[in-house]
Amino acid sequence: MLLLPLAGFLVLLTVGRRVGDPIAGWIGTAAVGGSFVVACIVFAGLLGLPADQRLVVHNYYTWFASGGLSVPVGTQVDPLSMTMCLFITGVSALIHLYSIGYMKADRDYSKFFVYMNLFVFSMLLLVLANNLVLTFVGWEGVGVCSYFLIAFWFERDAAASAGKKAMIYNRIGDAGFLLAIFLIFFKTGTVSYESGPGGGIFGQLSHLGGGTATVVVLLLLLAAAGKSAQIPLFNWLPDAMEGPTPVSALIHAATMVTAGVYLLCRMNPVLHLTAHGMTVIAVIGTATAFVAATIACAQQDIKRVLAFSTVSQIGYMMLAVGSGAYTAAIFLMVMHAFFKALLFLGAGSVIHGLEDEQDLKRMGALRRYMRWTTVTFSIGWLAIIGIPPLSGFWAKGDVLDNAFAHYPGLWVVALLTAVLTAYYMSRLEVLTFGDEPRWDTVGPHGEPAHHTPHEAPLIMLVPLVVLAVLSLFGEVINLPWAHTHSLNSFLAPVFSADQYVDGLTTTRQWVLGLADAVAAVVGAVFAVILWRGAAVDKPAWEPAFLQRVWYWDDAYDLVIGRPSQRLAAFCAWVIDGRIIDGAVNGVAHLAKVTGTAARRLQTGYARNYALGIALGMALLVAFMLSRTWWG
Amino acid sequence: MSLSGAWYLGLSAIVFTIGAIGLLVRRNVLIMFMCIELMLNAANLTFVTFARMLGDIGGQAVVFFVLVVAAAEVVVGLGIVVTNFRRRATTVADDLDALKG
Repeated sequence: MLLLPLAGFLVLLTVGRRVGDPIAGWIGTAAVGGSFVVACIVFAGLLGLPADQRLVVHNYYTWFASGGLSVPVGTQVDPLSMTMCLFITGVSALIHLYSIGYMKADRDYSKFFVYMNLFVFSMLLLVLANNLVLTFVGWEGVGVCSYFLIAFWFERDAAASAGKKAMIYNRIGDAGFLLAIFLIFFKTGTVSYESGPGGGIFGQLSHLGGGTATVVVLLLLLAAAGKSAQIPLFNWLPDAMEGPTPVSALIHAATMVTAGVYLLCRMNPVLHLTAHGMTVIAVIGTATAFVAATIACAQQDIKRVLAFSTVSQIGYMMLAVGSGAYTAAIFLMVMHAFFKALLFLGAGSVIHGLEDEQDLKRMGALRRYMRWTTVTFSIGWLAIIGIPPLSGFWAKGDVLDNAFAHYPGLWVVALLTAVLTAYYMSRLEVLTFGDEPRWDTVGPHGEPAHHTPHEAPLIMLVPLVVLAVLSLFGEVINLPWAHTHSLNSFLAPVFSADQYVDGLTTTRQWVLGLADAVAAVVGAVFAVILWRGAAVDKPAWEPAFLQRVWYWDDAYDLVIGRPSQRLAAFCAWVIDGRIIDGAVNGVAHLAKVTGTAARRLQTGYARNYALGIALGMALLVAFMLSRTWWG
Repeated sequence: MSLSGAWYLGLSAIVFTIGAIGLLVRRNVLIMFMCIELMLNAANLTFVTFARMLGDIGGQAVVFFVLVVAAAEVVVGLGIVVTNFRRRATTVADDLDALKG
């Protein structure tokens, strides 16, 4: 399973450029699709085992050993990693298929699939690794692939700097991850999760007593905030939309950005040790969900709306993790992978059909021209805003129920966020597909009118349809009244300390569900009333405060960027220029002055040298005589 | 009558001084060479004198080494002088100031 994408990556790396479009794409798709098939087989094998033995650890070899530290290269197949693998490989395969059509005729066609396959490999490594260090390798692997793919069209300035931004924000999180690894190793003497001496980290939780667990969890949260775009490190994700749309769908919606949530879920026994850490996670998640949702209400770029929506949804997952309801987090993660990938691919189809137009205000009435895209995108829309009985309703409902059980205050904010979600997604839907066309006229800034949009080719529609079906029916894996064979019981061995609540009384559950549905409907109806009609310029509803992302970037620029630049300038001109260069130049100058003085001694006349020798001799003799007489 | 060692040492000092001053004041390379030979031989005389006075054969043995080295030095030195004369048609030491800084 792990090796197929790696093989695909290597094959494409060597021959990709030669086989080109579209064979390279098919090779990449086949590698990931094959990986999905293998994942299914392994999954079947895992299901064959009794529930309490579903943990298969393979150590292939020792990567390095030093003192007490021994880092094996090993995999850990358990219900959690299996769930991740299934949806990662499945969604990846669909997006690869879609990319064959979307990236058609791109100059670096084969390079795109090289990166994509490397990404899938790294992501699988991340989830399958049986120790923290190997997970970190995968973590960095997906980070670097993300960088490559965001900056894929590197001739564009915006893409190149967006790539850098993502890289730097992730670096901050990675520092947290590394420190957490060090601290865990310092306290427990191992980096493996459940295998190895002493039963791994989870076998030695007693060593993580007191404040240690809280510090570890906060460091892991920092790592997760970087990778999963949470406050305070969330602003890289919207900029990452400069990458090709399939990349946004795969990396920046479905898989990589959920790695942070996965990491926290993986470390759940440690999380369980610290109530404070859990609360911080829940608060951060809720705050992110709310802030990102407000920002999404005012964005004009179709992909940026979806990006902030992703940030917001991952905030929900964090809230679930903070509530101790890991199953709810994973459930929402899987469902989110389905419907957000669907939405991104649908947006890609729209962008494709409108010749790279991404401005919502320049769309409209696409339902008449892109039937398949409209239908599938609308399913994604209904799913994400949580209209029953689509997948989003159940997944988000799970999160909200659990938040209600643990943090009623946060539940209110989360419910408000659900209204906002419905609002901005409906605004997106109406502006894109509803009403009359706005793309056939010259734009407000003189953009030329577009041709009549065209529907995407079949190869792009197939993934859309499959994902739409999954968004419609994906919830069957965890319906509240079918828990005997659901995700929850499947994941139970991993989440031994899971505080997943479905023990709410049925009346309460119904009321909460009803509240979710009402929130969705209220937001949606409001948006539809507000945004239908020809007038699309409503500045009152798109305040600059929200358009500029709560001035978050500006604040960073002011607090960190400018002083750093000033510090750098100080270093460059004063420290480097005066002190360091001054010292170097001073030594050289000294040598020069000495040399100039000393060269006068070199007359070139042999007699002068001879005189020097004679005088030296005389001095020497005088010295020795003086020693003899007075010594 | 036999002269005491001091006479020999005095002669040696005089010869050495003549050589040293000659080396410093003369400009002709060949003369300067002869002056060097004078100094070397003055040193040899000193060695022999002390060997006799102290009854130590080592001083006389050193003289042989000095003679051999002096011969070799003359060969090399005259070779250089001849080669240089062919190139620059001069034996004046002050013309050879290529090492001037």
